[in-house]
Amino acid sequence: MKITLKVWRQGGKYKGEFVEYKLDNVKEEMSFLEMMDVLNESLVQKKEQPVAFEHDCREGICGTCSMVIDGQPHGPQKATTTCQLHMRSFKDGDTIYVEPFRAKAFPVIRDLVVDRSAFDRIIQSGGYISVNTGQAQDANAIPVEKDVASMAFDAAACIGCGACVAACPNASAMLFVSAKVSHLAMLPQGKVEAKKRAQAMVKTMDMEGFGRCSNVTACEAECPKEISVNNIARLNREYLGSVFASEKIV
Amino acid sequence: MNWFINFLGSSIGQKVIMSLTGLFLITFLAVHLTGNLQLLVNDQGEQFNIYAKFMTTNPLIKATSYLLYASILLHAVQGIVLWRKNRSARGGQGYARKVTKAVGTNSFAASNMAWLGIIIFVFLGLHLYQFWLQMKLGKVPMAEYNGEQVKNLYVLVAEAYSNPIYVAVYVFSMIVIGYHLLHGFQSAFQTLGLTHKKYTPLIKGIGWMYSIIVPLLFAIIPILMYFNIYPLSSFLH
Ligand code: SF4
Ligand code: FES
Repeated sequence: MKITLKVWRQGGKYKGEFVEYKLDNVKEEMSFLEMMDVLNESLVQKKEQPVAFEHDCREGICGTCSMVIDGQPHGPQKATTTCQLHMRSFKDGDTIYVEPFRAKAFPVIRDLVVDRSAFDRIIQSGGYISVNTGQAQDANAIPVEKDVASMAFDAAACIGCGACVAACPNASAMLFVSAKVSHLAMLPQGKVEAKKRAQAMVKTMDMEGFGRCSNVTACEAECPKEISVNNIARLNREYLGSVFASEKIV
Repeated sequence: MNWFINFLGSSIGQKVIMSLTGLFLITFLAVHLTGNLQLLVNDQGEQFNIYAKFMTTNPLIKATSYLLYASILLHAVQGIVLWRKNRSARGGQGYARKVTKAVGTNSFAASNMAWLGIIIFVFLGLHLYQFWLQMKLGKVPMAEYNGEQVKNLYVLVAEAYSNPIYVAVYVFSMIVIGYHLLHGFQSAFQTLGLTHKKYTPLIKGIGWMYSIIVPLLFAIIPILMYFNIYPLSSFLH
């Protein structure tokens, strides 16, 4: 396949601009990242600065491979991370725009690499359980209904990639935060601190400069793990319940 | 009280304000529509004028109308605040290409709520100037029913909608309101966390119907008046 890439370059000699690269020998079975590897090899051979992009597991579980491909975070294929996207999703002769996730809370570090540590700070403010939950057998001793466990698991599938923020016209982090709050709030061990958690995580989310959710649902459409916006409604419930019905002030 | 102020400033608090004022304005639309439909009564405006007098003099309705003005302003101001906040959260650099998909809502409406809202606000300005302000301050011809002097608001409306430009502006505005409702109706429930496997499909269904039927009925009125068609008969006599 012949592919023309328009890649956002920023840092070093690039001020922040699209640079065009032509690749003549792209194989359909290459993953998108493998194609980027091929591009970078050719750049290194030409003694040019390779395109910086993030990746780690390359199997869709770590959430680092952030890029917006032709206007969609993680590209055109539904429920797929960039590393799991293959070139057979494109046609011979296609021109593909590759851009970093864009949001004020995700500043670009270089080229396609953005700083997503705002998510880490949200987690640090409440996305954990600090009470003693005992050993594995203690967890098994607490009855949890299968449906609830499944819902909690669906929410826990969030890999913290940030595609929801990149897709949202408001750069809101509500889908991410709601997934984290939901997965803990639905299980008995997480319920203990649910009230404080909802307020604390929303507060940090607001401080980090993410936008306000207006229920556009572009996040769910682009989420590689198909996290549902029902979680956002649950977060709203958790938050309103915590603010108005609990004595917690965070 | 600090906790409450903090809540109002939080992202979810700001959205809750939009949601509650929005839901109030949605119910108001239905009340307004029942009033307007009386314009189509074939009695030269008698029933409509008597209704208008009742609506402008009844103390309970007057009190509610102040709540309504406050809601409109709050909804508009908070909407602008959110819009600016969200634009700045997006960051300066836009995408060269952007596809915005949506799940279970109209993606055009969902991503253009602010623009739709601004158009509605401008329309509202014109609308209030044309009728509300004239009723309050301007010279409105009087009509006499059973020896009682009543402001003839009907004549004002009929005159306005004999002008095809006003009719067109009105119909266009109703389409805009329809789109605004298409997303706003169900979004209000989502923001309050009122989602439920059994009831959300119902809420969404009612929302769809409401956002089509209500603006449609509103829009039909000036069109029929323009063509001098008055299909309803009075239940006064
Ligand atoms: S909710 Fe989805 S899109 Fe957002 S961070 Fe989690 S996995 Fe990524
Ligand atoms: S590289 Fe880990 S999810 Fe893509």
